[in-house]
Order: sequence, then structure tokens, then C-alpha cells
Amino acid sequence: MDKAPGTQGRARGQDGFWQGLLRRRCAVLAALLLGTLLAAAASEAPEVGDNPAAERHMMQLAAELRCLQCQNQTLADSNAPLAVDLRQEIRELIAKGQNDQQIKEYLGARYGDFVFYRPPVQANTLLLWFGPGLVLLGGLLALYITLKRRLARLEAEGEVADLSDADARRAQHLLDEETGESSLS
Amino acid sequence: MATARKSLAVFLPLAVFLVIAWFLYQGLYHDPREIPSPLINKPAPDFRLESLESPGRVVERKDMLGKVWLLNTWASWCVACREEHPVLVEFARSASIPIIGLDYKDTRIEGMRWLTQYGNPYAASAFDEAGRVGIDYGVYAVPETFLIDKQGVIRFKQIGPVTPELLHDTLLPLIERLNA
Repeated sequence: MDKAPGTQGRARGQDGFWQGLLRRRCAVLAALLLGTLLAAAASEAPEVGDNPAAERHMMQLAAELRCLQCQNQTLADSNAPLAVDLRQEIRELIAKGQNDQQIKEYLGARYGDFVFYRPPVQANTLLLWFGPGLVLLGGLLALYITLKRRLARLEAEGEVADLSDADARRAQHLLDEETGESSLS
Repeated sequence: MATARKSLAVFLPLAVFLVIAWFLYQGLYHDPREIPSPLINKPAPDFRLESLESPGRVVERKDMLGKVWLLNTWASWCVACREEHPVLVEFARSASIPIIGLDYKDTRIEGMRWLTQYGNPYAASAFDEAGRVGIDYGVYAVPETFLIDKQGVIRFKQIGPVTPELLHDTLLPLIERLNA
């Protein structure tokens, strides 16, 4: 950058260093700020339309539908051109008096089940819908069987014997002692 | 008996692991951007649009009944279309079937400049400025290409650029069959 001769050169060079650092920091800050602003602007799709109730209805529907251009966003969230178009399409279908089911069918016929964030229960989605429940049931069953087997084994080995009265009293005494100690500390 | 069962149980985690690994492995070869179209083997949606080059002229789906044809959606702003275009131009030269272009959400000037600059492989270009026909065809990522048979039924859809391999291995055999 600046190349000043003489003794002043060093000072100015140092100034340049600090200025550069400051400038760089400003640039980083500006970039961060811009990023936040952009993110804020991107997070909400602009609402258009003169009928607020219909607009709310449209956004409600759009929140259940997937944007095909940015696949991890709903149609309501996305600002992709296609999402904007499809929101307009939904708006018009609502204005035409179509109900939610008809509108979903309209989109499903064009883009497939993929547009539904809540896929219909049908043959190829059974595992998706009930798989987690099945896994849970399987886990519970496995747990039950394991515990049952262990109990049977321990009983067979005579480890689970009924306590005699004297043993029970002794055990109770030990337990009391322990809680007493722990309450002291 | 019990020990035999026990030794089998040792392999249970491995079995579970293998099942999960198999699913994950399959996942590697699935492009999440390629969404199977519900329009395959369904009649191609009707459209009636102005021609890109001659605004008075109308390009319709009806015009193509009785022919096997390709509908290629493209746009001058589409980067992947640039890559695909020479393949289509080459294909049109061999001209086994007509290609109809659907200029999707474009401007006339840019669209026409594209065709003069890179060549025009299309028998006709429909100008879908608002993208409504695109919606009817479930277009979500240009370029997309539909192969439509003589009865006007969609037989194949390509999402993304048509490549020479796709033409040679998939489209040409299919076209031959549909033309037979």
C-alpha cells in the first residue's frame, strides 16, 4: 500500500497496519450485518393480496406444502420464484372457492406426494407412518423378554429367595443407617 | 440349546447394523432433487401459448397429436440449459422426432437472443412467460424434458440436462418403441 520513505515511513506503515485492521474489521462487521439483514428479509415471504382472511388461509395451506426448489422449506417460507408462483396459484384456487383437499390434490397431481409435508397414509408410506411405533413396540417387547428371562434365570439359580424375617429386619436396619448417615452429611 | 441361541443373539447388532447400512448405502444413489413425476403415463397437460419468435402464432399440445415428440423446458437464465443446448441442437440435426421448446419464465428478447446465439433445435417454441404451463407440467427445475407419445401421453421425464448418454441409452430406444 502506502510506501513513504524515511523515518516517517515506519510510523505511517504502522498506522496503515492499524487502519487496515480496522478496515478489515469494519468489512467483516458489515458482511455480518448484511448477512443478518438478508436472512431477516429472506425468512418471511412477502404477503400480497387484499383479503387478509384468504391470505391467512393460503399461508396456512402453504405451510404444509414443500417448496420444490428449496426442498427444506415450506411454500410459505420460501422466496424461490416457483414458491411465489405456487402461492399465487393457491390464492387463485381459494378465490375460485376450492377447498383445501381440492387444492392439495391439484398440487399433488403436478408435483407428486413430495409436496406434502404430511404425506397421505397409503401402501408406500405405511412404514414411514408406523415404523417408529413398530420399533418402539419391538424395543419394549425385547425389554420385557429380557427381564422375564433374567428373572427366570435368577430364580432358577436361587438368587431371588424370600427373605427371612430376621434378614429383612437386618436389611431395613442397614438401610435406615445409611439414610441417617446421608442426611447428616 | 441355550448357548446356541445366545451365540446367535451375538449377531443381532451386526444384523441391525447391516440393515441400516444397506438403507444408507441405497440413499447414496438417490438424488433428492429428482422427484418422480406423477405425470408419467398420464396425458400431457393441455397448453396453448404464443410462439416465442412469432408472437401472433399459437403453439398447442393439440398440434402434436399423432407424433412422438419432446417437450423441452428451458430459459435463457438457466445455467444447466447452456450445457444441454448443444446436445439438443445435435439431436435436432438428426431429426428423428420434433422438439418443442417451452421457454419458461423468460423474456422474449433474452429468449430469442439465446436461440440466435446458440442455435435453434426447436420445431416450435412456446413462450411461457408466467410459468403457468410449467406448473401444469410440474416443472420445478429447468431444464426438464418430457417424451410424449402419439396419443399425447407422457412416457418419460428427464430432470436436469439431457446428455448424449441419456439420448443414446434411454431416449432413442424408447422413441423407437413408441414410433413402432
